[in-house]
Amino acid sequence: MHSLSAAYGTNIVLQDIEFKVSENDFIGVIGPNGGGKTTLLKVILGLLKPVKGRMIFNSELLNGNSIGYLPQMSTGDVNYPVTVTDIVLSGLMIQKGIISRMSSSDKKKAELVIDELGLTALAGATLNELSGGQMQRVFLGRAIIGDPKLLLLDEPGNFVDTTFENDFYEKLRELNNRMAILMVSHDVGTISSHIKSFACVNRSLHYHPSHEITNEDLLAYGCPIQLVTHGDVPHTVLKHHI
Amino acid sequence: MEVNIFQYDFIVKGLLGAIFASITAGLAGTYIVSKRMVFLSGGITHASFGGIGIGYFIGINPVIGAAVFGIMSALGVEYLSVKQKIREDSAIGILWAFGMAIGIIFIYLTPGYTPNLMSYLFGSILTVTNADIISLGVMSVILIFYFGIFYRTILYISFDEVFARTYSSYVDIFKYITTSLIALTIVLNIRMAGVVLVISLLTIPPNIAMIFTRIYFKIVLGSILAGFVGTATGYAISYFAGIPVGATIIFTLVILYVVAKGTNHLIMKVSNFRNRSVNDIN
Repeated sequence: MHSLSAAYGTNIVLQDIEFKVSENDFIGVIGPNGGGKTTLLKVILGLLKPVKGRMIFNSELLNGNSIGYLPQMSTGDVNYPVTVTDIVLSGLMIQKGIISRMSSSDKKKAELVIDELGLTALAGATLNELSGGQMQRVFLGRAIIGDPKLLLLDEPGNFVDTTFENDFYEKLRELNNRMAILMVSHDVGTISSHIKSFACVNRSLHYHPSHEITNEDLLAYGCPIQLVTHGDVPHTVLKHHI
Repeated sequence: MEVNIFQYDFIVKGLLGAIFASITAGLAGTYIVSKRMVFLSGGITHASFGGIGIGYFIGINPVIGAAVFGIMSALGVEYLSVKQKIREDSAIGILWAFGMAIGIIFIYLTPGYTPNLMSYLFGSILTVTNADIISLGVMSVILIFYFGIFYRTILYISFDEVFARTYSSYVDIFKYITTSLIALTIVLNIRMAGVVLVISLLTIPPNIAMIFTRIYFKIVLGSILAGFVGTATGYAISYFAGIPVGATIIFTLVILYVVAKGTNHLIMKVSNFRNRSVNDIN
């Protein structure tokens, strides 16, 4: 992103952001509520037009084809009569025109993704028959079926059941070999071992390329905060913004 | 029994009417039931009664007046709820009564012959014309092609509109087109079931189908079948008993729903019982 700004009306949420996502990066986006994390996602997804600036991915202009998106919460109606297979297939819509036939190779692809996520037994089920963790896997399937170059995740930790959570991050680590991941989260503590770099968003954006150890990063929060941990927990402390 | 020309005409008209009504109501009904738009559709129906009144008053075909009112109110509510200027359910509630009021006012202002109100409110076989049947037939073809060609596009937009917006810029266009077609379907079916009862013609068949399947495509097929049985039977009862056809159709459909529910319950019980005995043996 080159000096990108985004605003709702006259309310500028993100200002002059410079930001580069490289291949196979795993970026954790952190920052206070209302700091612009979700806005950043919206801009990348093209739901919100930036006031100025543009996005470049891998030295190409970013387009929808190369992005997979897993929303914070399913916006779909859980009681809607649509099967797991159909939902996963809908991730291919981005590559289709308005007349959207799914070929048998598309269906084969869906089958593979569903299998990879351990949902084969539920392929014909509707959402109201699934647990929260299974639903999340379905939407992850929808996000990755198109083989995106960049996977966007919006706070996944919030709606995963804990038994599934470890598997889920393990899955993300695997996927990270195939695609860059940008994850917006409040829950940085539990995922930092997989994350390769951090982006702190609070109107401005500060990118931390690796696990640096310095004093505190939490100034971005704009209020005094301290992290409380017991010993032996691996943790990352980031350098001051310059 | 000897079939005279009048009865023959009735049978043909009734059968064709039942086929086209069940196709249009099945396709549109599955959409509005899945998307929880039943209340909106009720509002469209009653708003279109205003068009019927004005149609009579200015001397054009009331169905045309109803179509204009139906589509305009449907698009109006969609637009207002997108802009979030007013609560959608309140808007529908106002529209609902306002349409009826306009209709009554203009029908009473129409000089001379006052049309048979009952036939518009509750449906009547005797007033269904060949033109009504033909327009329902044309509507069936349009809907079959529309939903056939754009099946997944429509399905995915209505399932998860927010996600659909991340990959397409035509979400709103599709919503407006689909809602307009729904409004037209409702208006044309008013001739079959009447303003007051037509909404049940759209909502009961999908609910019958959903007892047995949760797959969208199968729900459409199931509701067309259930709708046909309901309308054809309702037609026959209406003809022989001289009761407004809307009432007999809806009554038949509700009976069908109860029977389907009971049958499904029995099937479940039996299969549970079987599973248990198998487990006991093991």
